[in-house]
Amino acid sequence: MCPSTPPSAGAGDQHRIDPMLMAGTPGAQRTRAPSRWADLGFFVVVAIAGAAVVVLALALVGVLLYNARASIGAFGFRYLYGVTWSPNGNIYGVVPFVAGTLITSAIALALAIPLALGSAVFLATRAPSWLRGAFGTAVELLAAIPSVIYGLWGLIVLHPYMAQTVEPALQRYLSWTGLFRGTSIGLDLLTAGVILAVMTVPTITAVSRDAMASVPAAQREAALSLGATNWETTRMAVLPYSRSGIVGGVMLGLGRALGETMAVVMVIGGADRLPTPLLSQGQTVASLIANELASNNGPLQYSAVLEAGLVLLLIAIGVNAGARLLVGRVFRITGGPVEWAARPARKAAASTTQVVAKS
Amino acid sequence: MVLVPLFDIVYEAFRRGGAVLFEGGFLTDVPPNACSQLSCQTVGIGPDIVGSVPVIGLASAIAVPIGVLAAIFAAEYRTRGVGRAVSFVADVLTGVPSITLGAFVYSFFVLYDPRLVVSALTGGLALSLVMVPIVTRSTEEALRLVPSSTREAALALGISKWKTSLRIVLLTSLPGTATGVLLAVSRAAGEAAPLLFTAGGSLVYFQGWDRPTAALPLLIYQFALSPYANQQKVAWGATLFLLLLVLSVNVGSRAVIRRLKRRMGHN
Repeated sequence: MCPSTPPSAGAGDQHRIDPMLMAGTPGAQRTRAPSRWADLGFFVVVAIAGAAVVVLALALVGVLLYNARASIGAFGFRYLYGVTWSPNGNIYGVVPFVAGTLITSAIALALAIPLALGSAVFLATRAPSWLRGAFGTAVELLAAIPSVIYGLWGLIVLHPYMAQTVEPALQRYLSWTGLFRGTSIGLDLLTAGVILAVMTVPTITAVSRDAMASVPAAQREAALSLGATNWETTRMAVLPYSRSGIVGGVMLGLGRALGETMAVVMVIGGADRLPTPLLSQGQTVASLIANELASNNGPLQYSAVLEAGLVLLLIAIGVNAGARLLVGRVFRITGGPVEWAARPARKAAASTTQVVAKS
Repeated sequence: MVLVPLFDIVYEAFRRGGAVLFEGGFLTDVPPNACSQLSCQTVGIGPDIVGSVPVIGLASAIAVPIGVLAAIFAAEYRTRGVGRAVSFVADVLTGVPSITLGAFVYSFFVLYDPRLVVSALTGGLALSLVMVPIVTRSTEEALRLVPSSTREAALALGISKWKTSLRIVLLTSLPGTATGVLLAVSRAAGEAAPLLFTAGGSLVYFQGWDRPTAALPLLIYQFALSPYANQQKVAWGATLFLLLLVLSVNVGSRAVIRRLKRRMGHN
């Protein structure tokens, strides 16, 4: 390679070979010309691949929009606030399913956030490092279990437990809230919400653990040196500092809960009507698609189901984009989890991305 | 408390599926028909294991090149804002519900060629859509772990940009990229939602690209909802098989990634 090294580029801080500098060297002439074309070709190839990812995202929206045009034409905005979904009457409104999605996701977050934040605080501040590693791995494994297995577990193991133990107890002690009317059959929004909570805990835990761990040690030590207890330090120094990371983690968990299909479709009961919280059978947008896309009740239903898919897609994109922006921001401000990982124990930067990739 | 479900799922899978999985022939026989007598044989999940191979193979054949090249674009041409945009879009795509990806492929093929709608081909396409963003993101992470001094050293030697990207940066990050791909494959192996309308499921062995094909997650879904004890038993056996597969891939690749980070001086 020696002949092609331009003599003038001897300075150590030269990052790229400037073609102009090489022009004077006789040997460089031969290697340079083809390699510039090769570079250009390579750039075009990778740019096409990069563009393919973006085109895929646009095509997703485009194809769903195109297929939903019959339903959009027939119902317009009524589709978005209609509460009736009736294949017999050929009237379609998406509200029952959006309500189902929101209720199950709300149950999931209500159960998952305290658990996940508790374990994240524990992992980031209190746990001995061997436990931190083992617990972190286990939480990530929880995120790796295929959702159909959660569904099977929910149907065979959790469902009888909910029907015989949890729901009767809720009805006995919390009936005054009015939330638990109906029969405790176990195949309902509540069970779906519990399954979703199990599935979102790992996401929220991993992201908020990384956010909390990226709080500079000086911040924590300052609070401790002012005489704050461990709890006060966590509450006043750690949590506010990592807030947008935690919110981002919660939104990623929400994104997962909103779009989850297999686990939900197996325990939610599948009823196309407006659900009454919490012990009624219902349907989320995702389970509606799973149950009715291929049901062949005519073109209008097909189109309406795909419009529901479009609604779900846009909600999920919005939630995820918001989450990424928040998570990205907190790591940019603090210099990223990498900086932190260099010091205390092992657990490191890419765990966020890996969990994210799972969700 | 958080880990109770993990242990309980593994425990139940072993308790209900353990005996079935290690029965002779379970991995090669065809799944049972509905049968209510006690004497019913629990038979195997052969077609589903075999059927997953072409579907996941096609998905990987599409998703790995596109994902890796897009990741090179995002990581190596990052100074141009476009690279960053690609990585953001890929990031958002990892959060798209997989059922909508299945619905997308289904509704596209309904317009394009209705005969192919339910087939191994569309199943593979749907799974490739699941894999592309994951491969892109994990490869990009792996590429960015390569110290920029390595790149600069290569460029300073007069090696062209494309050779630097492919033969030095990508090669250096190969273990990381490969584990990322493996994680994406294990994710695709467990996905049922995109296959509901595309691969379709089947009780017999693979019959060609244009025919419906069996897949493990679909079998678990169908048999979990079955009222017959023998089919449920098969569902648990298949669950244990899938669980062992996915968890071992994950444990292994995480160990590799961790070691890699330490070696690259990031940790």
